[in-house]
Amino acid sequence: MLRSRLTQAACAAQRAFSTSPRVLAKQMTVRDALNSALDDELARDDRVFLLGEEVAQYDGAYKISRGLWKKYGDKRIIDTPITEMGFAGIAVGAAMAGLRPVCEFMTFNFSMQAIDHVINSAAKTFYMSAGAVNVPIVFRGPNGAASGVAAQHSQCFAAWYAHCPGLKVVSPYDSEDARGLLKSAIRDPDPVVVLENELMYGVAFPVDDKVADKDFLVPIGKAKIMKPGKDITIVAHSKAVETSLLAAAELAKKGIDAEVINLRSIRPLDVATIFASVRKTHHLITVENGWPQHGVGAEICARIMEDQTFFELDAPIWRCCGVDVPMPYAKSLEINALPQVKDVTEAAIKIVGNKVGKAAATAGK
Amino acid sequence: MFKITAKASVSAGIILHNLIDPTKNALLTRLMRRVHFTAAELPRPLAPSALHDRYENGVITVAGVHPNVGLEQEQEQTARVRLQRGFKLHRLSEGPDTMVSLTQAEAVRYYRQMKAIRQIEAAANRLYKERMVRGFCHLYTGQEACAVGMRAVMRPEDSIISAYRVHGWAYLMGLSAQGVLAELTGRRSGCSCGKGGSMHMYAPNFYGGNGIVGAQVSLGAGVALASKYRQNGGVCLALYGDGAANQGQVFESFNMAALWQLPIVFVCENNNYGMGTSAERAACNTRYYTRGDVLPGIWVDGMDVLAVRSATEYAIEFAQNRGPLLLELCTYRYGGHSLSDPGTSYRSREEVKEVRRKSDAINRFRELCLDYGLQSQEQLEEIDAEVQTEVQNAVKVARSDEELAPQYLWADVYAQNIEPRLRSVYGYDLMHARSKPT
Ligand SMILES: Cc1ncc(C[n+]2csc(CCOP(=O)(O)OP(=O)(O)O)c2C)c(N)n1
Ligand SMILES: [Mg+2]
Repeated sequence: MLRSRLTQAACAAQRAFSTSPRVLAKQMTVRDALNSALDDELARDDRVFLLGEEVAQYDGAYKISRGLWKKYGDKRIIDTPITEMGFAGIAVGAAMAGLRPVCEFMTFNFSMQAIDHVINSAAKTFYMSAGAVNVPIVFRGPNGAASGVAAQHSQCFAAWYAHCPGLKVVSPYDSEDARGLLKSAIRDPDPVVVLENELMYGVAFPVDDKVADKDFLVPIGKAKIMKPGKDITIVAHSKAVETSLLAAAELAKKGIDAEVINLRSIRPLDVATIFASVRKTHHLITVENGWPQHGVGAEICARIMEDQTFFELDAPIWRCCGVDVPMPYAKSLEINALPQVKDVTEAAIKIVGNKVGKAAATAGK
Repeated sequence: MFKITAKASVSAGIILHNLIDPTKNALLTRLMRRVHFTAAELPRPLAPSALHDRYENGVITVAGVHPNVGLEQEQEQTARVRLQRGFKLHRLSEGPDTMVSLTQAEAVRYYRQMKAIRQIEAAANRLYKERMVRGFCHLYTGQEACAVGMRAVMRPEDSIISAYRVHGWAYLMGLSAQGVLAELTGRRSGCSCGKGGSMHMYAPNFYGGNGIVGAQVSLGAGVALASKYRQNGGVCLALYGDGAANQGQVFESFNMAALWQLPIVFVCENNNYGMGTSAERAACNTRYYTRGDVLPGIWVDGMDVLAVRSATEYAIEFAQNRGPLLLELCTYRYGGHSLSDPGTSYRSREEVKEVRRKSDAINRFRELCLDYGLQSQEQLEEIDAEVQTEVQNAVKVARSDEELAPQYLWADVYAQNIEPRLRSVYGYDLMHARSKPT
């Protein structure tokens, strides 16, 4: 039920602003995008291997690695005990010694057991060795709020990891992002944190043929404009892109033409794309499901403050974030804990202010 | 049905007073050690009309109560039972008793508690299938004897902490079936007001309910440290699975508990699987009771409530006087890891059937009660019916109660909030509050 509702939402978001012609009939779920990316890279480079809890014989807790153990066997697809600190360390060590591990956290909540290796071992070694030892590792798994799993299992780690120099952090939204970013991450010589979203795994997106190509890559550090617009910029990542696209569709009905930017990468942050957009729209909202304090939106605000782009703003920037509380279990509370489409439209209307009046007036004439 | 004289039911105080009789001391200290009155065990308050109905000839026959050590305890039939399977010992020369006694009252209590847990889980399963339970829901079905056996010998000063398979524990530690089931449906009368859900339940001396595999073990060592620090004589039971047994912090806790002689019993509930990974594929040594290195350990038939009780009684005493030790309870979960896992891809249906047929804790205990004449078939059926009513009533509330009002989303972030306003989706406009009166 949940799945289909989500799919509908994502499709609606997609339909609302398809920028490419309608020839792309092919659909791909985010799960298949990730699965095929792993498959491609395992086939391409025999230094690549996958390890994590339940990734092999069980086909992955969320079935991202479905079929890979059968295809690649015990050497390449490794089930670990529930010992995040240990296997993350082992993965980092293997990467230092020249392999290319993909370390799956069943969810990123459990990466906290291993955060020392992500930061102290993976992120800093290249620097500490003055460039002698690089760590080509991917840490991946579902991040952010899932559905009805309460406080310890629903939180966004984008800001946590993006805080750390030495790490690259990506947060795909759709199938194209997921496939292209994961492939880039595996080929990257540095440690990359790939923050997936469980609620998006089952969602199918239309993709064109180039996405299926064995060498299709999405560059790390580049954002994507999902929908161009001239009145206000909405910047989001992961599932919040869906919220933003739906909000933009609502705003369009009110005569507000929003530009929606999908960050794709959290670190490096593609500020050039954001700045260019703000120079055009003069208004900005950030949307994320994570907490506000020191978050992704906070960083974007700071970057604008530090740049000439600040003078282009006609109104303060607003951040739409998860409510600043741990995630509750009960459904009605959980819904209210995350930014909804109406929150984003409300915020946008408040910021754009009398432009709305003007637009409505023009529309009325 | 269990009979207590009206006089005896007046208060636990009177009962205890009557128990202090030097001639009966040995038996009675034993009983007192074993049986403690907590909210869950005391008779549930009855509606006045119900009370009236059941008051006959000065004898109240209380339906649906946890049986009491009443005055008639001594006259009550007590069975001497030899445990079906012995213990295996690690670094111990002698272990728990394998000849145990079982009174009629205990028999009723254990049977009732195990049944109640099974029924609560069955109700949870139905509510999940109806989509009234969200997210993860891990059932304890099959493992009832573990909790009931441990609970039977916990003293008021002892505490327990476990992982996310805790609906049964929440019930045994004093929460009502309704508190548990309404939490699963996310309603305000749930034990965590619907904010915690299946994995996060708490009660006095019950520290949860933890969703992070292994975390509860070091927290349990901390609870034990607090007991030792305050010299309150309490022992903490820290429960973890065979999967969790491999986490680094578990071994770190063993080490510190040994160094500092913490009053803790590390209890590994070995149900043979983590999520889809069998114990053998996750651990180089699956004799979990030996994994504390220098810490002593005991292997226990976790499908036998009396074996668990005997081992726990021994372990609590040991932990208090001689330091930490490990118990491995050999048990089995009948369902998948959680309700979203069919539980059939990594084990065969036959395996599950076989365990159910041969080792089911409730069936085994029922037969024992019948064999020793502690309960009749009719009496047991009556308990079944009572439990069913209790759970059915709980389900009704769990379905019909409401979720917390929206403003409780930002309640309980801090014990003492010092931010003027908390932040909503945009803007600082939320007044911090508390869900429960303090
Ligand atoms: C740190 C951490 N890693 C992974 C998980 C996901 N997870 C939840 S339960 C579980 C299996 C645990 O198995 P076991 O300890 O044997 O307990 P059981 O479920 O059998 O009671 C896993 C892998 C988690 N919750 N926390
Ligand atoms: Mg287990």
